[in-house]
Amino acid sequence: MTMSNTWHWYVLLGTLISLIAIMWLLFANRTTSGEKTTGHEWDGIEELDNPLPLWWVGLFVGSVIYGLVYLIWYPGLGDLAGIGEWTSTGQLKEITEQHDARFAPLYAELASLDVEAMAEDRRARQVGRRLFLNNCSICHGLNGQGLSGFPNLADDEWIWGRRLDEIKASIRNGRSAAMPAWETVIKDKGVSEVTQYVLSLSGRVHDEDMASRGSNIFSTMCAACHGAQGKGIAALGGPDLSNDIWLYGGDSQNIAESIRKGRNGQMPAQLGKLGEDRITILAGYLVNLSQ
Amino acid sequence: MGAEQNYNMRVVRWFALMTVVWGLIGMLVGLLIAGQLAWPVLNFDIPWLSYGRLRPLHTNAVIFAFGGCALMGSALYIVQRTCKVALFSDRLASFVFWGWQLVIVSAVITLPMGLTSSKEYAELEWPIDILIALVWVAFGVVFFGTIARRTVQHIYVANWFFGSLIIGVALLHIVNSLALPVSAFKSYSLYAGSADAMVQWWYGHNAVGFFLTAGFLGIMYYFVPKQAERPVYSYRLSVVHFWTLIAIYVWAGPHHLHYTSLPDWLQSVAMVMSLILLAPSWGGMINGIMTLSGAWDKLRTDPILKFLIVSLSFYGMSTFEGPMMSIKTINALSHNTDWTVGHVHSGALGWVAMVSMGAMYHLIPILYGRKQGQMYSIKLINLHFWLATLGTVIYIASMWVNGLMQGLMWRATSIDGTLTYSFQESVEASFPGYVVRFIGGAIFFIGMCVMAYNVYMTSRGLSRDELAAPAIPRLDPAGANP
Repeated sequence: MTMSNTWHWYVLLGTLISLIAIMWLLFANRTTSGEKTTGHEWDGIEELDNPLPLWWVGLFVGSVIYGLVYLIWYPGLGDLAGIGEWTSTGQLKEITEQHDARFAPLYAELASLDVEAMAEDRRARQVGRRLFLNNCSICHGLNGQGLSGFPNLADDEWIWGRRLDEIKASIRNGRSAAMPAWETVIKDKGVSEVTQYVLSLSGRVHDEDMASRGSNIFSTMCAACHGAQGKGIAALGGPDLSNDIWLYGGDSQNIAESIRKGRNGQMPAQLGKLGEDRITILAGYLVNLSQ
Repeated sequence: MGAEQNYNMRVVRWFALMTVVWGLIGMLVGLLIAGQLAWPVLNFDIPWLSYGRLRPLHTNAVIFAFGGCALMGSALYIVQRTCKVALFSDRLASFVFWGWQLVIVSAVITLPMGLTSSKEYAELEWPIDILIALVWVAFGVVFFGTIARRTVQHIYVANWFFGSLIIGVALLHIVNSLALPVSAFKSYSLYAGSADAMVQWWYGHNAVGFFLTAGFLGIMYYFVPKQAERPVYSYRLSVVHFWTLIAIYVWAGPHHLHYTSLPDWLQSVAMVMSLILLAPSWGGMINGIMTLSGAWDKLRTDPILKFLIVSLSFYGMSTFEGPMMSIKTINALSHNTDWTVGHVHSGALGWVAMVSMGAMYHLIPILYGRKQGQMYSIKLINLHFWLATLGTVIYIASMWVNGLMQGLMWRATSIDGTLTYSFQESVEASFPGYVVRFIGGAIFFIGMCVMAYNVYMTSRGLSRDELAAPAIPRLDPAGANP
């Protein structure tokens, strides 16, 4: 971060002049009149002319001296880098490198195991569990049980695929699970009909007539992502609608809401934060968690 | 003392009464949201009762409604008595009172509705911001107009602090609230990104500096010598600490943004200035407490003086804690934890609320035409003092424990380089602290209820323990203290 020359001098001089001014004020008031009071009186209140407590003056001067030393050592006086050449980005880089150098071999070793070996290896299980708690549990729950809108990772239903490489891809690059809103296209009537059809897919109580009309709409509008039988298409992230697992709730009201307004699930990409090895350990942990 | 008959005590009495009313309401909301953090079921699944909407209502109500009424009432009282002249304009003073109440009522309505600019301590939307600016400028005109008409030569130190409060807050409020309105109830800040954060915390921290510190030091500088009947300890100290306090405070805001995208130099300067701020802050505490030299015995018998002196002790403690927390290595542990909440409340409950309560107990009998010290019950003031002190100590102790625990849990790493705890585990571990904090807050709130009762009975002209305990030393003409 650099600043223009004008701002550099403005900040530099503003800082130093402020500190000089308060020190001047302090020393200009170190002697008193020698009288007991200042002679003023307001509503019965008088003021004594006691000197500044010496320990307090010492505290004040000491803190200003410390401040000046700090500002010479660290960046602070305008654009000057400080003689310690410290920067926050530099410190972060240093700590990250130290951390990576220390733990990368462990992660590399664990990531080289196959999924079955990870299930056997106590360290792989524990590292995977902690990586999950640190990075995933805020949305997916402490035990991977999910929340409305955040998939359950502990069951054997995988919207984007169950293979290790598919799960790794979900973690590495994130997923954008956008379901479009259909209310302006198929209107209220169409929403109700498709809702009845979707209920029928999982064998639940539904209106036959409406469902059969809904089936026509489904095959033109919905099958592209959810498959002709509504069994889902993992490559597109279209969820299976024929089982009893529902990301946004499976009663008729929630299904209708999903159709009407659409859904916009976002899983953020983790590659920049975690790197390949930790993603592999995490994916292995999840495969084993769901079995 | 012919001028005294013309003093406008009516507007002061209104402000004093509303201090008590808003204190009750603001603290009750605080108690509810403290309960919600321990038992989320208290959100009742009702949007306008939810924590996110009530938290800004709590902060606005206690800072600007309770604290604001105490400040404005005291300022308008003190400026008349120490300038020996009536207010510059009674009509403008009434406008200030009613305008300020309108601001608060608007906050009470709009914040639960979810209307917010999302700037902490400046959540109110732009039409209310404009009203605040108008009322504040009117307050300034009344105050400085009265100073200009004073019949004494020198301006008393309390008025310096009120003057800095008025100028400082006008500047802070107007600059931070600059926004582009998109509708009657929605606007977007004029600033973006780091610059917006910087302006916000320049405002946020100096709201603490000028509103909650300078303003209440003004209250302290009048009521402590008045209640102790002793001269102010040191004129020199008041000069030096006043000017250095207001000069240094404005630099300290960015310490709220340590380890963020704010440029490094700003973080360094903010930390340095925050540390230097310790001495100017303590100047006020020394001057207040040392004013009691030669009258320490009064602390045993006068609960109003206890309020004032204990408030100065909490002031000294939180102005020590603040600079320590601004040190970057300490901030790395304390930031975003409950420690910050505890720090704020050692200032808010221990300093601001207790000095205001002491001032109001001094003021309210006078405003009802009684003599100083003639509240309905001195014993109830004493009870309130102990409830307030106990409540504050329990509150801040629980938040220290929670804050340190959260900071340590968040940074604990396992031998494999991962974090030992998930965030949820730190929330679960915080539960006992939240319960204890709720208990501390409840005790503090009960004290406020005792005060409201005492004030109400005083306003009705009643007196309880006059007969039972006639010898309140302060009222003893001989000044003898058995």
